Amino acid sequence: MFQTPEFQDNNHADELPVVSKILCAIAVGILSLGLIVVLMVTDNPPSSLPALVQGQLTQSGVQNPVTAVLLNFRSYDTLLEIAVLLIVAVAMLPNSQDSRLVSVVTNAQVNPVLEAVLRWLIPMIIVMAGYLLWTGASLPGGAFQSGALLASAGVLVQLSGRLQFCFTSTIAKLLLTIGLITFMIVGVGVATTTGVILQYPTQLAAPLILLIESAATLSIAAILLLLYNSLATQTVDISSASAKQPSTSNKSPAPNETLQSTTGEPAS
Amino acid sequence: MDFDLFIDSCLVIGILTLACLCLATKNLFTAIILFVSLGLLVTIAWVRLNAPDLAIAEAAIGAGLTGALLLATWRQLRVEPANNDADTPNKSGDENVPNP
Repeated sequence: MFQTPEFQDNNHADELPVVSKILCAIAVGILSLGLIVVLMVTDNPPSSLPALVQGQLTQSGVQNPVTAVLLNFRSYDTLLEIAVLLIVAVAMLPNSQDSRLVSVVTNAQVNPVLEAVLRWLIPMIIVMAGYLLWTGASLPGGAFQSGALLASAGVLVQLSGRLQFCFTSTIAKLLLTIGLITFMIVGVGVATTTGVILQYPTQLAAPLILLIESAATLSIAAILLLLYNSLATQTVDISSASAKQPSTSNKSPAPNETLQSTTGEPAS
Repeated sequence: MDFDLFIDSCLVIGILTLACLCLATKNLFTAIILFVSLGLLVTIAWVRLNAPDLAIAEAAIGAGLTGALLLATWRQLRVEPANNDADTPNKSGDENVPNP
């Protein structure tokens, strides 16, 4: 199927000679210096966008201008961002058949100190994520930040070794897609009253934005955790697969050996 | 005013130095650690630029989760060649092995 690229800690066989490196550095340096000079010379007129956002803020349903732009004025961008994240998640979905989202690993090597700390840390992280989500309406915060916090809680849980996540279960698929689904349902639903897709009615804007953000938080957390989960657990799959098929495992180091011998030749 | 300028110039120098070191280092693990430290400095830079939203996102995603993802990938790259017992001595001292 797919060939995994051979990366090594010191794999610099095909790197550029020093002269071209220096030439590249000079060229890039001149280009960026020129860009900086051009930016300083041109007097760009003050943008009217901040004043525009501040003027329309009362209609957006939130008090934080960043959230107002992300979830109301330019919500189409955020919708597409969540869709892109979902595509990444689909590309990274592991190939397993487990039907439960969280399964307890029996006879796991659990670090007792880490587990004891996590008992205190995980609830605090979850509360903090909820706070970030709620405060996003008036202060810095929002769906992405609180989703990342939730995902970090999941990463810590997986690092402790006691629990194992599986993202091919039905609940996990629901969690991965709920952000996009809610966003699209709300976006099309408000079109029946206002006539324009993703244009919320002014009275309902605040609860609708909170609903979208909550669903997006769950999705973002699930997607980020899925990325870590599939990267961290693939190690076991590869080692077991190569143990089953000795012919491929014998073949795969062969490019390594040739690479290493070519790097070793000039030294010796 | 002078103190602000001092902090900002320290940030600029630190970010540029860390970025250069992160690109120049030969060891992948060191590069990952340098990248995470770079993310933390960029977080402070966003705070200095009055963009706390970006600072939170950078700290959580740029410095935290990306570091975890890179470290997971790094471990996977390390484990893979170690499966074969014949290859492990090659990894430590590849110059000593004569080319057949």
